[in-house]
Amino acid sequence: MRLVVCLKQVPDASEVKIDPIKGTMVRAGVPSIANPYDMHALEEALRLKDKYGARVSILTMGPPQATDVIKRAVSLGADDGVLLSDRAFAGSDTLATSYILAQAIRKMGEEEAIDVVFCGKMAIDGDTAQVGPGIGSRLDCAVTTYVVGVRSLDKDKKTVVVERRLERGVEVVEADMPVLLTVNKEANDIRYAALPALIESIKYEVPVWTAEDVQLDLAQCGLKGSPTQVKKIFPPPQKDIETVMVTDTISDPAQIAKLLVDKIEEAGMLA
Amino acid sequence: MSQPAVWILIEQNDGVIADVSWELMGKGRELADDLGGEVAGILVGHNIKDQAKEAFYYGADKVYVIDDPTLEYYRTQAYAHAISDIAKKHKPEIFLMAATSLGRDLSGAIATPLGAGLTADCTVLEIDPETKLLHQTRPAFGGNIMATIYCQIARPQMASVRPRLLPIPERDEKRTGTVIEEKTSLQETDIKTRRVEFIPDEGATVNIEDAECVVAGGRGIGNADNLKVIEELANALGGTVGCSRPLVDAGILPHAHQVGMSGHTIRPKLYIGAGISGAIHHVVGMEGADLTIVINKDPDAALLRVADYGVVGNLFDIVPAITKEIKARKGA
Repeated sequence: MRLVVCLKQVPDASEVKIDPIKGTMVRAGVPSIANPYDMHALEEALRLKDKYGARVSILTMGPPQATDVIKRAVSLGADDGVLLSDRAFAGSDTLATSYILAQAIRKMGEEEAIDVVFCGKMAIDGDTAQVGPGIGSRLDCAVTTYVVGVRSLDKDKKTVVVERRLERGVEVVEADMPVLLTVNKEANDIRYAALPALIESIKYEVPVWTAEDVQLDLAQCGLKGSPTQVKKIFPPPQKDIETVMVTDTISDPAQIAKLLVDKIEEAGMLA
Repeated sequence: MSQPAVWILIEQNDGVIADVSWELMGKGRELADDLGGEVAGILVGHNIKDQAKEAFYYGADKVYVIDDPTLEYYRTQAYAHAISDIAKKHKPEIFLMAATSLGRDLSGAIATPLGAGLTADCTVLEIDPETKLLHQTRPAFGGNIMATIYCQIARPQMASVRPRLLPIPERDEKRTGTVIEEKTSLQETDIKTRRVEFIPDEGATVNIEDAECVVAGGRGIGNADNLKVIEELANALGGTVGCSRPLVDAGILPHAHQVGMSGHTIRPKLYIGAGISGAIHHVVGMEGADLTIVINKDPDAALLRVADYGVVGNLFDIVPAITKEIKARKGA
């Protein structure tokens, strides 16, 4: 069985800010991490490997230093990985990204057929959750999003039964393989690497594929292949509210409570 | 070309139309009027046709219905195939759906075969008066940055829109429109996924999104025992307990209570937040509240800035005092 995990290197989103004067994104000094959702997807793949036996391959698109996340995955038990790296990919939106990744997955599949493609539910930099279903559409395979657990897998029937988290409950779905799954964080707890595996993974030489290696149509990659454009970026607006600081004038909790409950009552919320 | 069409996905779950569909219909009407165009609802499901008229009541000019047994419940492949086929045929200018589980899944799957530009989880949509392009504003990087996105050439201009930010337009039973029936070309045997069962959440009574009053606690609560000060105030007000993400991560409350970016968006009449610093992730989920009261021991807590009434102090003194005052007045 062959499993592919799409793993993205992202800036730690909680550290990214807008320069209030220049209006540009401040990324200097912001650490790069493996997208947390993708790490849960990897863990789910590794669990299938532990249970049923499988080859787990990582696919990452990004700059040369993104090999870090592939090595980390190898230290946790992934068998191999590929970095897709080319200047032609820069500025890709979700449509172009899904094209590039789907083509690379096809190429990976030429060497050994793929049964399951795992993606995280979304990446914490873009927060779109669009790339997974986009890859699935392009590969014309079954797609199941928001997976919180794999219940069972039947190698002979080539089906997998998964649980999906929706707003009001859990949907249990049987999907034909090959299937693309996007995984939620609550699916699992990520394992730790054993020290020898960690040391071994540093030596792993990550193969790098360019646009040419994957035989991509450059018109569908990068800025050229991206229908959406960013008009502007700006810091989140502060709500323009006159806050009455109650404690500027009163300090006794009982008096504070009286004033607040007056307001609650005026709003008609005490009926 | 005929007049530009704004398409709205009418989201339904087990035959029940989600309110967000009408929020989007209101926005769609506005955008269509700005473009001098029409609004069409897209209604997909099984035994669903009779509900098309509701879309007219909320502002649609047309409804495209695809009614088929294979579409009884949501499946990415079946819905994406059916809807992208009719979009290819009728070529809408704009296509909006809700940024729900279903809408975000479907939008990504449809944009690809259409080659459309798609913006996820938008909070503001407007037509640029000069270019007539749809400007789509959304948070990124976990809400630390807002970005305005547009799409010059590819059509439709697609966006998923965060629920509960837009008002539902007034329902007008006098409005009517045209129902257009379409078909899907997929057979059940072509579809690669099947629902085995659906397990509704226990305690599905916690529906924080519809709550009129939410009392929310955050990191400042400390531990599960301390949560009772929040619960007591919520009970006294007949409200619902909410929280920011740290309490869910710590296992103190289930996700159903979480307000914010990765939780629920609420629009209560009254929001009381205690021990919540006010990271933008939380604020985007509660800023639609009518009356906001915030209690925090840190005078610099960001949440105080979005409050109508702010209290700098120990929540374990203030919150019980409010509960006591409410009980006293209600008892009187």
